[in-house]
Amino acid sequence: MSSPIQFDPIRLPAETETLRAEVRAFINEEIAAGTFDPNTSALVDGFNMDLSRRIGARGWIGMTWPKKYGGQERNFLERYVVTEEFRVANAPVRTHFTADRQSGPVLLKYATEEIKADVLPRITRGECCFCIGMSEPNSGSDLFAASTKATKTGEGWRINGTKLWTSNAHHADYMIGLFRTSAATKENHRHGLTSFLVDMKLPGISISPVHNMADIHEFNEVVFDDCLIPEDHVLGEIDGAWKQATSELAYERSGPERFLETFYILVEMVRALGPEPDARGAEGIGRLVAQLHTLRRMSVSVNGMLQAGKEPVLEGSIVKDLGTVWEQALPGKARDLTAFADNDTGNRQAFDELLQFATKIAPKLTIQGGTTEVLRGIIARGLGLR
Amino acid sequence: MVAAAKGHATKTYLGIMTDTDTIIIDTTARIFRELADPQTLATSNRDDWQGPLWTALEESGLTRAWVPDDLGGAGAEITDGFDILVTAGRFAVAVPLAETLLAGWLLARAGIPVPDGPLSVAVGGQEAPITVGADGILSGSARAVPFAGAVGHLALLAEQDGAMAVALVDASSCTIEVGTNLAGEPLGNVSFDGVTPITVSAAPDGLSPGDVMLMGAAIRAQQMAGGLQGVLDLAVDYAKERVAFGRPIAKFQAVQHNLARLAGEVAAAVAAAGSAADSIQTTEDFNEAVFLEIAAAKIRTGEAVGTGAGIAHQVFGAIGFTAEHVLQRYTKRLWAWRDDFGSESEWAVGLGAMVAANGADELWPLVASR
Repeated sequence: MSSPIQFDPIRLPAETETLRAEVRAFINEEIAAGTFDPNTSALVDGFNMDLSRRIGARGWIGMTWPKKYGGQERNFLERYVVTEEFRVANAPVRTHFTADRQSGPVLLKYATEEIKADVLPRITRGECCFCIGMSEPNSGSDLFAASTKATKTGEGWRINGTKLWTSNAHHADYMIGLFRTSAATKENHRHGLTSFLVDMKLPGISISPVHNMADIHEFNEVVFDDCLIPEDHVLGEIDGAWKQATSELAYERSGPERFLETFYILVEMVRALGPEPDARGAEGIGRLVAQLHTLRRMSVSVNGMLQAGKEPVLEGSIVKDLGTVWEQALPGKARDLTAFADNDTGNRQAFDELLQFATKIAPKLTIQGGTTEVLRGIIARGLGLR
Repeated sequence: MVAAAKGHATKTYLGIMTDTDTIIIDTTARIFRELADPQTLATSNRDDWQGPLWTALEESGLTRAWVPDDLGGAGAEITDGFDILVTAGRFAVAVPLAETLLAGWLLARAGIPVPDGPLSVAVGGQEAPITVGADGILSGSARAVPFAGAVGHLALLAEQDGAMAVALVDASSCTIEVGTNLAGEPLGNVSFDGVTPITVSAAPDGLSPGDVMLMGAAIRAQQMAGGLQGVLDLAVDYAKERVAFGRPIAKFQAVQHNLARLAGEVAAAVAAAGSAADSIQTTEDFNEAVFLEIAAAKIRTGEAVGTGAGIAHQVFGAIGFTAEHVLQRYTKRLWAWRDDFGSESEWAVGLGAMVAANGADELWPLVASR
């Protein structure tokens, strides 16, 4: 009777349904106005600052943050509803999504009052884009091998080195970067790294595109050459960034974006199979919908437990592991199930185009934000195996 | 001890909120641990444990959890009954507790007093329902009735004058072709032809054989979720103890990752089953959303059993494949539970047909409504 895994059957509170209706109405208005085409927007890079500004004006960015920083002081389950509706509509929200999900909360916790008062309201207005500077040419999953150096000088910190696979760097106003301020110690290989807020317009930063295998410019290489960062842009404890990561990761790992990234393929697959599929098609749909429903219930549960002040780190890692493996396998399953579908429903061409795209982006899903291997290591630790 | 399965009132004890569902879970766990610990049963070769176990379950009120007070039951909440089944599932013990709970639920819906002793439920075929004739005599049959041949009474839903009625029959008056399921438990095909029921009473409006199947599927999902938690506990403990190549196998990354996958499957089963239980607690009828919840739970827990049992056996190696080992008491029962009240494939065809008929653009609103 020792199994530590817990998924309370938490429901989204009734008041979130009003919010959901508001978000859907907003999205429908934007689609009607031609801001984006939900059938093809998955295929493009997803930046639209004008849309982000309008979303910000509705109070849907940084909505859990204190009002004095532009937030709405709403709860995490309300944010959950907003996130999943924009995700399912394939709305281009990349301008603000990283800042809303993780950079803003880090600033709230570790930035100076002055920085919080300056930056957070701009994020909530949808006019401030963030990127994450963690991976390097020789440091990916092995985060604590980062070697880009921050050296203390009389004027602040001098940064030298290279970050790689930095999504959104070419759009970003700021980076939250992880830099080496001391050598690791024998006792603690995670020691010696510090988080910094980096203004991407500072001199000494050069950004080069790295196109991915779906021919989209998302990744970048970011080179720091004697870039000078002000003293007060340190976030948290010097040399102790490793202590700061844990509980925030449960949010990052358990959101609806961790199983809905290829959801459009399921919808178009159902359309392609038509209203009366044969047993093979019906069984395929039924299993996928059962798996999707289960993942969503797990994800809502983790977010509800977080809202209640619990720390479901193990459960959050499980959601990301199962969710990303599922969304990665979805294009292949949809391909199999539609092999004999005729074209009566008229969406075959659109389906095929989306399927090609989803197949090409699928490999990243189990790599970004913590690989499957890293997650399973965390789960194994949660089980007491290591 | 009848109080164990009673009510859902919350009380405060030393400032800590305790719930009667905790009491129910603790009571269930204690009874199984003391009288039917699977490890003890696996090694003792005793078969005289079922009587005392059943007596303890009955005396505690657990077998009548879903029967209201005025019909002689414990009047517990729906979710309390499901908690009992998850907990019992963790011990993977072969007694018809789930079937008796389901029979009590069905009989109580029609106001029929519930007899003592173990019970089970029969559901007729979709094309050929069981009927009650003008003479009050039953005709029809049911296939694969769990524990048929080993219970005193059967509850069933039958057609009477174009409406549905609930009937209670003496099992000894039926013709039962007794077989066994994959775990060696009784499973029978039952003919009701010529049988006069002990009681027949009109079913509440709208209750259909499909609803009994849904309730049965939800019940099996709870048992599978509990059984899988038991399997995970066993596998994790074993991996820490078993030494190979000079260290515990828990230290090998390949084993760690297999167990992490097992934990993921267990988590999915626990979440899906728990969500379905909660949805039944809070619904008035078995609508489309509840159908999604229950079908998804039966499908996903069944899938978790397929993957999870395979991983657990790989962790245990040859010893887990022996007749005397406790693991196979779990895995065989889990495999058998997958087949009862509709397999994964059967429920998936039904769920898929519903989603397809509603249309692609209704899929997300349905999922998001839960």
